[in-house]
Amino acid sequence: MARDMRTPSAPADGYAALGAETLLRIHAVMVKARALEERLIKMSKSGDGFFWIGGPGEEAFNAALGLQVKKGQGTAYDYLHLHYRSSAIALAMGMPVVDALRQMRNVAADPFSKGRNFVNHLAIPQLNIVPMSSTIETQYATAIGTGIAHARDGGDAITIVNGGDGGTAEGDFHSCLVWANRPALPLPILIVVANNGWAISVAEDTQHGEKNISDWGKVFGMPAKTIDGNDPVESWLAIAELMSYCRTQRRPALLEAKLSRLYGHSSSSGANRIPEPDCIALFEARLLERKLATKEQLEKTWRENLAEVDAAHQRVKAEPLPKAESIWEDVFADGLPQSYPRNGGSF
Amino acid sequence: MANMAQAIRLALHYGEENLGVREIFGEDVGPPLGGVFTATQGLKHAWNCPLDERGIIGAAMGLAWAGFRPVAEIQFVDYIFNVIDLLKLAGNSAWTTGGRFKTPMVVMTPTGSGIHGAVYHSHSFDSIATKIHGMKVVCPSTPLDAYGLMISSIKDDSPVLFLKPKALLRTRGDELIPGEPEGEKELKAMIDAPIGDRSKWKPKWPKVTDYEVPLGKAKVSHSGTDATVVTHGRMAPIALEAARALESEGSIEVVDMRSLIPYDWDLIKASIKKTGRVLFLNEETEITNFGEHLLRRTVDELFYELKVRPRLLCGKATPGVGLSSVLENFTQPQKPDVERALRELLADPA
Ligand SMILES: Cc1ncc(C[n+]2csc(CCOP(=O)(O)OP(=O)(O)O)c2C)c(N)n1
Ligand SMILES: [Mg+2]
Repeated sequence: MARDMRTPSAPADGYAALGAETLLRIHAVMVKARALEERLIKMSKSGDGFFWIGGPGEEAFNAALGLQVKKGQGTAYDYLHLHYRSSAIALAMGMPVVDALRQMRNVAADPFSKGRNFVNHLAIPQLNIVPMSSTIETQYATAIGTGIAHARDGGDAITIVNGGDGGTAEGDFHSCLVWANRPALPLPILIVVANNGWAISVAEDTQHGEKNISDWGKVFGMPAKTIDGNDPVESWLAIAELMSYCRTQRRPALLEAKLSRLYGHSSSSGANRIPEPDCIALFEARLLERKLATKEQLEKTWRENLAEVDAAHQRVKAEPLPKAESIWEDVFADGLPQSYPRNGGSF
Repeated sequence: MANMAQAIRLALHYGEENLGVREIFGEDVGPPLGGVFTATQGLKHAWNCPLDERGIIGAAMGLAWAGFRPVAEIQFVDYIFNVIDLLKLAGNSAWTTGGRFKTPMVVMTPTGSGIHGAVYHSHSFDSIATKIHGMKVVCPSTPLDAYGLMISSIKDDSPVLFLKPKALLRTRGDELIPGEPEGEKELKAMIDAPIGDRSKWKPKWPKVTDYEVPLGKAKVSHSGTDATVVTHGRMAPIALEAARALESEGSIEVVDMRSLIPYDWDLIKASIKKTGRVLFLNEETEITNFGEHLLRRTVDELFYELKVRPRLLCGKATPGVGLSSVLENFTQPQKPDVERALRELLADPA
């Protein structure tokens, strides 16, 4: 189906403005993310894990975003409320690939959930990546809270929230817009919508009458843009502009990135390659065309990242599964009282 | 002697001054109203937010993850049903993240019947709240317990749902809050906002001090040897009155749970072992009532210690509580119902 996707050609000055070094950094993150996600898909198909959901197709936008985060722990740094297609953001911020593989294989060493949750459900306190949940759009509600923390504690740190197009029909999206634009205390939140045109099997244009999701920004008079999220340069520049607005004005901005969903919704829909524009292939063509990289250079990036993912996978294969009794850990922050019911009934 | 609304206010003031509470918010929580039951009047950090329960819980969660210790209010528990999934997230985020993220937030909300609140101001939420595993749930029946439970809830690193029995918010206890002035009038003059223009008003806070009611600890509010009533919140003073009224017929022990999650099974168990007769009493509806869980556990663990079958007295399983007193009093347990149930429990031949 034909989609209203802007042609992925960023202005030449965008490439010049970013420079080869930054462009290649973005490229390396994109490749790492793709190499990781394709391995995760394989694992789900070969019984080396169960369900897969992830971000192939979002690498351009997510790498550009993740590399511009003010990363660290606490209110002096950006808080991120992400969704299940955000791996490239976390990789750009330094998440080791081995951790994602651990969660896929649900081993005890899975640092995000101790083998309890699906892959790409991250939680990284050191990077202010707050708990990610399968519940669509709830991250737009929790973003309000760290937004308030950022508004109170000043500085230039902001809250960033990211989710899909389908989810914007939920009230939580509206909550986020209303609270972020509250005259009593505007919130520095970069509200991102990764619009892949689909919510599982339902096409966006059959359910959403708004021309652009970013048009919601007009109601509040907030800066809002719709961009080609398959283009890392256009993404980088738009993110930089709106991030800077949020950081300095301490107010919200809305950014809609139109991008591809390259392996369908999840393993439930087969996780097979879909013929939509591939942000990495497009980016590599541009880099070569502009002589910002050589073919050998790009191939080396692929080789290194594939090798890294492979080595990490071999390591994770040998790691033990969680112990059954570990279900009693972390129920309450201060441990379970001795008399807490633990039998699952009468026996 | 403070009433329960004043006691909660004093605890929140203590929290602002000593426990790092910087955000107290909800619908009508800030000035001029200070809460529909005045529980947040005069507080330094109390503010009004949009009329959006999902935003309220989402905000509290985000603040908690950012290291704040927020106290958020849902104006009535009757309006909490559209945030159940967010409360689930608050409750499960320590567990789903393998202990990486704690969610130290307090959500307080008026609960239950007894104020002629009709269909949407009489709900209870106990059974649903107690199924949101990872979240703690407390419900005081006296001002002093409300004070101590609020302080403990603020200090706790798990999310806590603080249920405020609507019908008890104006009632007074017989124990002073540590630091509270003796005179009722004196306290009122210090911390209650005046009628009319409040724009210049500032409270004069008494120097209240630390006092914890540990989460998970029940109390015996009336000791006895012949039968046990396990109850909480609005039903606790009714049980107490009934126990006193029936003193000549039997010696009844009243266990006021105070915490529903975690609950003080050790104390409940010890009392049932002693008396062999037990009534679970609450105002929520029958059919997967929280008391039914306690009853099942009693049967499983104390079957051979029971002299007679254990019983439950609770609200009737209707879609709502009707406005007319005739309807409300028939739907919700009233003092005569409690007395009748206790008489039957005492009289049942072992
Ligand atoms: C509240 C909620 N409703 C339904 C689902 C089931 N579900 C999972 S993903 C999804 C589609 C989400 O679409 P969109 O927001 O566009 O994100 P995308 O997957 O396209 O990135 C649905 C309906 C869910 N996880 N949470
Ligand atoms: Mg989508």
